[in-house]
Amino acid sequence: MCLAIPAKVLEVNGNEAVISVQGVRRTANLMLLEDGAQPGEYVLLHAGFALRKWTEQEAKEVEELLQEVTLTGIG
Amino acid sequence: MPSDEIILMSHGGGGRRTQQLLRDHVLPPLDNPILRQMDDAACLELAGVQLAFTTDSYVIRPLFFPGGDIGRLAVCGTVNDLAMQGAQPLYLTLGLILEEGLRVNDLDTIMQSAAAAAREAGVQIVAGDTKVVERGAGSGLFINTAGLGLRRSGVDTHIANARPGDVILITGTLGDHGVAVLSRREGLAFQTELVSDVAPLNGLTAALLDAVPGVHALRDPTRGGLAAALNDVAAAAHVGIRIEEKALPVRPDVRGACGLLGLEPLSVANEGKALVICAAADEERALAALRAHPLGHDACRIGAVLAAPAGKVLLHTRIGGERLVEMPLGDDLPRIC
Amino acid sequence: MDAKLQEIRELAQQVGHPVQLMEVCGTHTTAAFRVGLRSLLPESVKLLSGPGCPVCVTHDRFLEHALAIAAQPDTVVATFGDMLRVPGCSGSLESARARGAQIQVVYSPLDALQTAKQHPELRVIFLGIGFETTAPTTAGALVAAKAGVPNFFVLSAHKTMPAALRALLVSGEMKIDAFLMPGHVSVITGMHIYEFVAEEFKRPCVITGFEPNDLVAGIAQALRLIAAGRAVVDNQYQRAVSAEGNQKAQELINEVFEPCDTEWRGLGKIPGSGLAIRAAYAAHNAAHVFPAPTKDVPETSRGCRCGEVLRGAITPPQCPLFRNVCTPSTPHGACMVSGEGTCAAYYRYS
Repeated sequence: MCLAIPAKVLEVNGNEAVISVQGVRRTANLMLLEDGAQPGEYVLLHAGFALRKWTEQEAKEVEELLQEVTLTGIG
Repeated sequence: MPSDEIILMSHGGGGRRTQQLLRDHVLPPLDNPILRQMDDAACLELAGVQLAFTTDSYVIRPLFFPGGDIGRLAVCGTVNDLAMQGAQPLYLTLGLILEEGLRVNDLDTIMQSAAAAAREAGVQIVAGDTKVVERGAGSGLFINTAGLGLRRSGVDTHIANARPGDVILITGTLGDHGVAVLSRREGLAFQTELVSDVAPLNGLTAALLDAVPGVHALRDPTRGGLAAALNDVAAAAHVGIRIEEKALPVRPDVRGACGLLGLEPLSVANEGKALVICAAADEERALAALRAHPLGHDACRIGAVLAAPAGKVLLHTRIGGERLVEMPLGDDLPRIC
Repeated sequence: MDAKLQEIRELAQQVGHPVQLMEVCGTHTTAAFRVGLRSLLPESVKLLSGPGCPVCVTHDRFLEHALAIAAQPDTVVATFGDMLRVPGCSGSLESARARGAQIQVVYSPLDALQTAKQHPELRVIFLGIGFETTAPTTAGALVAAKAGVPNFFVLSAHKTMPAALRALLVSGEMKIDAFLMPGHVSVITGMHIYEFVAEEFKRPCVITGFEPNDLVAGIAQALRLIAAGRAVVDNQYQRAVSAEGNQKAQELINEVFEPCDTEWRGLGKIPGSGLAIRAAYAAHNAAHVFPAPTKDVPETSRGCRCGEVLRGAITPPQCPLFRNVCTPSTPHGACMVSGEGTCAAYYRYS
């Protein structure tokens, strides 16, 4: 029921961030994250909000997944 | 459709709703054998000369998008409809419907762009019309173009000619135009380096037909994307079609935008790509000819034509599964589920 | 992937009887369809689509309310694209737009908030649909609106998963052997919300993600638990789901919403399964500001056996409405609204 997609944080300004999904950029809101996010970190994005931030280890797994994503994107 | 129905945006999306509208309301009063061919351009014989003849209207919003504008689109779209019949496009007409309040500067830019596209395609715009409507009656500017082309002798690329055993080629990446336009729509703002692929394809198809005059079918996957184009072919030729997910060329940023918005790259519009259907024995020559042209260097094989299931398009997925690719209903909408 | 699918075949043999797995979440249904997963599973393993598609379970009464608001002057109804074509008893948002209503399709509730800021002369009403994943995003927009966007409103149809699962489980014979639980709801809620399914109803629950690898791993784990007779909550989406979930998001949901009884299309009224906007945010609650139409909404679900289809107790052709009055363009139950719903799939493919 909920399409969410891994996104890389590019810029942060308070609760507002610019994120990138495979080169596609848009703004995202970080208010749901306990301690925000820094540029370079990965977040799970749903309806314009970051729902979760990944640790470095988890982010590696996500990066590998992104390499494989094909036609359908990440559901 | 029930008689109290009204026209919805999705009736113009190039999918099932468009088909129903044409079948039930537009075509019956006009019925004739040439119209019944139902391809993007009509094939006519006039005093022994084989012609292709077509018309198309352009209502795109916004008027300017990354990689093009409505002027370039209006010329390329009609040129491509002729090119898909294996014709050499020659003459276009151009009708303008201007909305009160349109900036003349914008009109100038659009006309320059239409003229440049016509030079690129080697066609002349030889007649036209201009009307102005009240503010609110149009979104800035609508364009209609009609086109006339000379068909090559011995070439027949109607989509009904696809036959089992044929291979299906695409001349480049999918979804670039639709995503580039979507990136500028109000309420969805996202940024990408992506530009529309809008381009005249007659040079590419001429190079292809020089190398392989026996190409069975051509189709440009515009509205409704690859999904609509392949379903049209399967229905017209009474054949099955099977495409390979792993073979489909999709740019990372198109995947990214589609992932973000929940869209299907298969049903996103293209304006500078062609589907080529030919005998398996012609595949290598066809690909070599396409790849030698600047608009075809990403050409590749994406699937094959089967005897069954007739009228259906199947996708062989990257994990080895199989599913139907349906005719889209109308224009695709961003979703969260 | 081949090795994993082989493992599923072996596990299915080990189980020794046909099994029905419910993917609760509509995004799982869509993901499984898109990668052709059903065609790769052994005959004896069936996937059923559950009630976790927010659009599918949204009741006609909500849609009628939204259409009535859209008909008011100087209003813009902002919605996720998912809702636009859902047919109600007096049309869809799409047909309302064609008749002149201002309907804006947005990607985020914040996009709707932005429209409200840019157009103080208009009233912007966001249709809040979705489960625990989406509710905090609407809550976030409401908090921002309270801080100074008086012309932004929310009509909430937000729902929560546990009450609906319980209603389904207690309503009759349940022929579901295990549940695949929604990965992104669980990102917010954590794992504990499914414990009652395992403990009281003795059904294994596997939380999983949406990539083919995730789905296959989730199905394999469900079969392993069925074979071992273990009814527990298992997490196969550890890269995104933690035991406790996103507490900040949970707090925000509680700050803005309170539980309420709500109607589900095809399932009827389920106590405590909805999220209503709290009094502190009443000024932005479209349900208060724009009273619901008094017009009677016909009970479309009369005779609808959606609940039994969802429980796996019957197949769609056993429902008297199926194909007769309930079709994709005139859906009665949730299972017919979504393209991948069980009834819609039966309608198209058989």
